[in-house]
Amino acid sequence: MRVVIAEDLALLRDGLIRLLEAHGMQVVEAVDNGPSLLRALLTHRPDVAVVDVRLPPDHTDEGLRTAIEARRQVPGLPVLILSQYVEQLYARELLAAQEGGVGYLLKERVSDVAQFVDAVRRVADGGTAMDPEVVHQLLSKRAHDEPLSRLTAREHEVLTLMAEGRTNAAIAARLSVTLKAVDKHVGNIFLKLGLPASEDDNRRVLAVLAYLEK
Amino acid sequence: MQALTGVTRAAARQRLRLTVRAAGLMFASCAGLLLGSVLITAIGMAWFVVLLPVLPILVATVRRFADAHRRWAAELLGTPIPAPYRPLPDGRLFPRLRVLAGDPATWRDLAWLFVNATAGLLLTGVAFSLALSTLGFAGLPLTWPILPVEFTAPPDGQELRSLTGDWGLVVVSDWPSALLASVQAIPMAALWWWATPHLMRVHARMTRALLAPTDAAMLTARVEQLAESRAETVDTQAAELRRIERDLHDGAQARLVSLGMSLGLAEEILANNPEAARELLAEARESTGQALAELRDLVRGIHPPVLADRGLAGAVQAVALAHPGEVDVTVELPGRPDAPVESAAYFAVAEALTNVAKHAHANRAWVQIWYDGGLLKLAVGDDGRGGARVQPGGGLHGLERRLAAFDGTLSVTSPPGGPTVITMELPCALSSPKTSPFSATD
Repeated sequence: MRVVIAEDLALLRDGLIRLLEAHGMQVVEAVDNGPSLLRALLTHRPDVAVVDVRLPPDHTDEGLRTAIEARRQVPGLPVLILSQYVEQLYARELLAAQEGGVGYLLKERVSDVAQFVDAVRRVADGGTAMDPEVVHQLLSKRAHDEPLSRLTAREHEVLTLMAEGRTNAAIAARLSVTLKAVDKHVGNIFLKLGLPASEDDNRRVLAVLAYLEK
Repeated sequence: MQALTGVTRAAARQRLRLTVRAAGLMFASCAGLLLGSVLITAIGMAWFVVLLPVLPILVATVRRFADAHRRWAAELLGTPIPAPYRPLPDGRLFPRLRVLAGDPATWRDLAWLFVNATAGLLLTGVAFSLALSTLGFAGLPLTWPILPVEFTAPPDGQELRSLTGDWGLVVVSDWPSALLASVQAIPMAALWWWATPHLMRVHARMTRALLAPTDAAMLTARVEQLAESRAETVDTQAAELRRIERDLHDGAQARLVSLGMSLGLAEEILANNPEAARELLAEARESTGQALAELRDLVRGIHPPVLADRGLAGAVQAVALAHPGEVDVTVELPGRPDAPVESAAYFAVAEALTNVAKHAHANRAWVQIWYDGGLLKLAVGDDGRGGARVQPGGGLHGLERRLAAFDGTLSVTSPPGGPTVITMELPCALSSPKTSPFSATD
């Protein structure tokens, strides 16, 4: 799997390279600013890009804007954004293009190596990886919503994990239940929220996120 | 056509009002002359100590009298005329007298009383008598028989009556001559129509020139206000720094200490009890996560990253997204304010929205931000239960004080039952929008 990394702090950049290469990925280029990132993404067309939101020269949200620009030129280019903080606004902008995998995680999630590598793989495969913090913000904003309050506690758990972008199999493993049980919960959730059922894991994830964003 | 009559009617109403005002001001200027004379006499007799307590009362009366004139003139000119008086100490007579005597406004008021009784009386008197003579001329065909007989013409003993008494300026003897004389009402009315607004404006300008604060008084008031808002700003900043220090001390610092302990312990028992060491390491990782979360919250409170990234529009949008409930955001800014103003505006809107969430019981809220005439204007409204007020110690009061550091103002309209609208204004300049190497990301 070919990866481009954009991170301006050398310490973190080297750490990311080491971490991903230790898990069998090939870092084709690691850059430290926005313009180089755009060039790198357009020349290498990597399987996934791991990008820090804040990059030189502006030190604002250059990473995010570059990634979105690159996805405009290369539709479906998978991008995983890392940030010290999460903003729903940015999650919404990332999700706006419905094509190709996107991820938006707090930087500190890197410390849970297995989960992080899983998220990178998921995004590379065209899936979604939303930070639990984003999902928490979305859910707490709609805490009093009528259809959401009809979910059982277990269905709530499943909804949360699904919004983070996890597949049914991953949810089953995480909650230590059978895949069949998860399928049933997902069916109930979609029924209660009035969402059209779908076979595809990621399409379900996007539907749930779109519902929560509404 | 109808619009035209509407305009004429409004103009006529305005002139009639001004004429009534002129009559009132005429009497007022005479009363003012009396008041001024009494005050001067009282000052002249101040050696007669028993009279001293009367002085503050007299001066206060003059001030109320002058305030009424300020209001009238301000209404006519369409600009407020602030009162220039220095604040009076409470209680003892002599300190009060000292402030009154030392306040130039006291003496300017006194001078105004006499100018008002001469030049002012002339202006209002002319306006009023123009109206009066128009009426007098117009009424001649009806009133001539009851006018007193002033002259008798010698040949046939014809009785001549005069509108102006024995000055004999307008003389009529019978109905046709009365009708002829009454034609003069037309030029007189035209003169009244044209001159009244001018005369009254001159009067109002004169009042403003004498009663508005002098530049020195304005500067003094401004310095006082600045000193006060600076002291408040310094207090707020200090409190904010204390809060940050405490948050760091109790939060991230404490967590790093416990992290170090967990790691040290894990190092010690790694050889003998790898399972327990693994548990400690997991705990340590958990601890870093919590420390980072606390630092994130702290940073958000100091300067939200999204504000740095996206400016006011994006940051307010982000706040609105996190708000429980619907918030419509409209931002129309041709550029970006300076960073401190931008930050103040952001926190003001965020706090107003927090208030909405906490107290308003609203279904919908809206935020409007625009720029007009050198002012950054922020309006936050909701359809909640209303009844929001600025009261000492309350959230809105704190907000008002923080805006005051930027010469900003806050006003609230919130009738019981709603809706509530909080309008804030911050004077500032906008920089031209920053050019970005990227296309817009919407």
